[in-house]
Amino acid sequence: MSEQLHQKMGLSDQEYALILHLMGREPNELELGMFSVMWSEHCSYKCSKKVLQSLPTEGDQILLGPGENAGIVDIGEGLAVAFKMESHNHPSAIEPYQGAATGVGGIVRDIFTMGARPIALLNSLRFGPLHYPRVQYLFEGVVAGIAGYGNCIGIPTVGGETWFDPAYQGNPLVNVMCAGVLPASRIARGQARGPGNTVILVGARTGRDGLHGVTFASEELDETSEAQRPAVQVGDPFMEKLLLEACLEAIEKELVAGIQDLGGAGLTCATSEMSSRAGSGMIIHLDRVPCREEDMSPYEIMLSESQERMLLVVENENIKAVQDIFTRWGLEFSAIGQVTGDGLLQIYHRGEKVGELAADFLCENAPVYDLPDQEPPYYQKLKSYDMQAVPQPDDLEEAFLELLASPNIASKQWIYRQYDYMVRTCTAQGPGGDAAVLRIRGTAKGLAFSADGNGRYVYLDPYKGGMIAVLEAARNVAAAGAKPLAITNCLNFGNPTRPQIYWQFKHAVKGMAEACRALGTPVTGGNVSFYNETSGEAIFPTPVVGMLGLLENLSCQVQKGWRRASDRVYLLGDLAGSLAGSEYLYALHGVLAGDMPLPDLERAAFLHQFLGEAAASKVITSAHDLSDGGLLTALAEASFAGGFGVEISLPHPENVRLDELLFGEGQSRVLVGVSLEKERDFLTLIRSYQLPWQLLGEVKGEKLTVRIQEEEPLIDLSLERVKAAWEEVISCCLD
Amino acid sequence: MKFGVIVFPGSNCDLDAFYMVKDVLNKPVEYLWHHEKTLRGSDCVILPGGFTYGDYLRPGAIASFSPIMTAVHAFAARGGLVLGICNGFQVLLESGLLPGALYRNIHLQFRCAWTHLSVENPHLPFTAHIPSGQVLKIPVAHGDGNYFCDPETLETLKKNNQIVFRYVTPEGNLDSRANPNGSLEAIAGICNARGNVLGMMPHPERAGESLLGSRDGQFIFQSILKHWGESS
Repeated sequence: MSEQLHQKMGLSDQEYALILHLMGREPNELELGMFSVMWSEHCSYKCSKKVLQSLPTEGDQILLGPGENAGIVDIGEGLAVAFKMESHNHPSAIEPYQGAATGVGGIVRDIFTMGARPIALLNSLRFGPLHYPRVQYLFEGVVAGIAGYGNCIGIPTVGGETWFDPAYQGNPLVNVMCAGVLPASRIARGQARGPGNTVILVGARTGRDGLHGVTFASEELDETSEAQRPAVQVGDPFMEKLLLEACLEAIEKELVAGIQDLGGAGLTCATSEMSSRAGSGMIIHLDRVPCREEDMSPYEIMLSESQERMLLVVENENIKAVQDIFTRWGLEFSAIGQVTGDGLLQIYHRGEKVGELAADFLCENAPVYDLPDQEPPYYQKLKSYDMQAVPQPDDLEEAFLELLASPNIASKQWIYRQYDYMVRTCTAQGPGGDAAVLRIRGTAKGLAFSADGNGRYVYLDPYKGGMIAVLEAARNVAAAGAKPLAITNCLNFGNPTRPQIYWQFKHAVKGMAEACRALGTPVTGGNVSFYNETSGEAIFPTPVVGMLGLLENLSCQVQKGWRRASDRVYLLGDLAGSLAGSEYLYALHGVLAGDMPLPDLERAAFLHQFLGEAAASKVITSAHDLSDGGLLTALAEASFAGGFGVEISLPHPENVRLDELLFGEGQSRVLVGVSLEKERDFLTLIRSYQLPWQLLGEVKGEKLTVRIQEEEPLIDLSLERVKAAWEEVISCCLD
Repeated sequence: MKFGVIVFPGSNCDLDAFYMVKDVLNKPVEYLWHHEKTLRGSDCVILPGGFTYGDYLRPGAIASFSPIMTAVHAFAARGGLVLGICNGFQVLLESGLLPGALYRNIHLQFRCAWTHLSVENPHLPFTAHIPSGQVLKIPVAHGDGNYFCDPETLETLKKNNQIVFRYVTPEGNLDSRANPNGSLEAIAGICNARGNVLGMMPHPERAGESLLGSRDGQFIFQSILKHWGESS
């Protein structure tokens, strides 16, 4: 029977043979279904595991690396931060509101599962061009879904990034990140410890929704994907809020021996992972699982991905106390089984044993693949593109305004004003800054977060692009004055069984690994999302990095806006950027090509260290990272945020095009404002670092004025006009 | 003076109101669980923002039937100070302590933004110590803040000076662009005829410290303290 069945469930013939070998018999339908979801790419990381091993995961600050529901980082004073990022791309491509909403729900559960109080949400989104009605539907639905869920549970959505490119037209990316704070000494674990302990299911009832969601997420999208709508779950943020409060209360009172959320692969994943991690087993009685519908089969109950459910392992003397907490929050509570010492999952239904297999079969014994890779033909071709073919604009002012009006550069206010970014009253810097900054109540400390990734760079050069994703995220938190501590990531790629895609993946991870090592920011976990393709077209390879930074003293936080007229404007890093892969090149010339310079990792580390020291000693008044759109865009953004104009004068190095000087992009470049009183101290400090720097001009008036040395201005525009080009772009695209 | 902050299932600004009182005003405050039958001697009770019962049915509708609301009604009838913020305002409307209704925002989106408020009635326990003519910078964060009532009710509100706050420009002028949700006559907050029950969509508890972008919310809380004969 299984011959066709295993294929239908997404298992290869070799994988089925391995199952027969492990089991020593034919699995029944339930068991096969459990293998199918746990051996899906989403749960097993079978195609990515080998490559991911090259990422650094250790450091003094790391309390818990990859392998649990979220990684944990020490931030001193007995406190720690749990944080993680996850993708919900496939569900969002089909049902944007619920897809995005349940993405938020899932990542929040990953954080409070660790015993951490969630304090911040971020997201990283990719869509096709906004003029397509289908893209508008996806975009508006995803933003509303993130807002609907995050606002309701009362966790502020404090930052993120959104990008538009035809590469994401059929396959949007929805990556969500959550961070929480917990006592370093009280980390909850997703482990089924202690044979004889009781296994308890709490939260929402189990329904027929989301069956094989993880299998769906491990396939490419095509015309028939719409039929997968039932694989998308429906979120109930109110239930999640209750669950969050009740679980944290139980963990704080130390009543829980183990806890794990039910996400992808539902009860199958939670029971097998908790058992496998602890080297234990479980007896589960499916009749005791509260179901939404009568007559659900064992297969449906074990594979359901109904949201807002948690699995607890509780010592028997604590059951009453735990039950009281859940009852007080009005939540359903059901003891469904027992921890055993034999490593087996034994599933009972109506008095019969309906499945039995070792938990390790599903977790530890999942296959691991080393896939073939091959450099794609476009790679060398685009690298050697002759930039001389790109005409320089006749009118630089017009070009500048056009660039600011690109949805990738334009204000994202239309998005973030739908997110409650202030609830919990800890947001010191919300969306729109280089990094989000939050205070930690009861301490002088602050946390900085950033989510970054530029698929265009990674497409052009996965190795350099992977590095850049890490550098950019680190630079954003460093610009806020924070020390970059660790990252989580979401690796969004196409079908890994295609050698050219796997090549992109391998090289991107290599670049990330090198950058993480150089910056001392290990990877604490994350998520791989393959099969981001529509009808054979892959997205840009898009690793997204979520960075955690620490400010020892929140009062030293730095923001991007100019603070005061007469402040000096300095540029740290290279004067000119590169047109390779730049937003300018694509938005104004329709060209995606070029060879980005190899980032200098050592310089990046110096720069971040300098920014931290400059912030702590208060010798800078503002700092803003240069990224998409280059120098001029960064100047304009600092002006918008601060409400002051700026007047600068640039040298014009030989062999540098004017558009390269003004709009070129590059790494380790930051604009800082310096007050006249602190200028000497600033100069003393910057001279002690091996960093290029130069004085560009001063904060002044209500215009943006840029000239080459003493010449007539190249750009001389009122701030009002410049802001008008940038401000309402996204609303206009949607009208 | 002691504050009580009610916690309904789904409240999520309970913590913000709590810390505003505890850390910014340095006054006693405790949480009141929705099942309780008394307000445990609170002198001012705050119904915080959030999504009670997930806003299912209508925002505030289910919470208005919570056991503790009986105590809130009795407390209000005795002249006790009741402050409903955002979802708390919605609960006060649903429970009949204040007149009118809050519709979906006119643009149908959730809106989190800084707003500016004019003080239309400066003679209340909640407003008496706001400097004359002061425009308050206080944020909103809601999906259903579009105040509406019938013409007779509006007439009554005006006659009794029950309109407490209006959305205005930073300079204090009425302008439709300053109104974040399409509220009737830019109404941001109203009180009952007696003036001891205030409901408002903006969040004064989010505007207590310069770190958060404004301290203007303190004016409202300081007014309450001074009304009680205390200062912080």
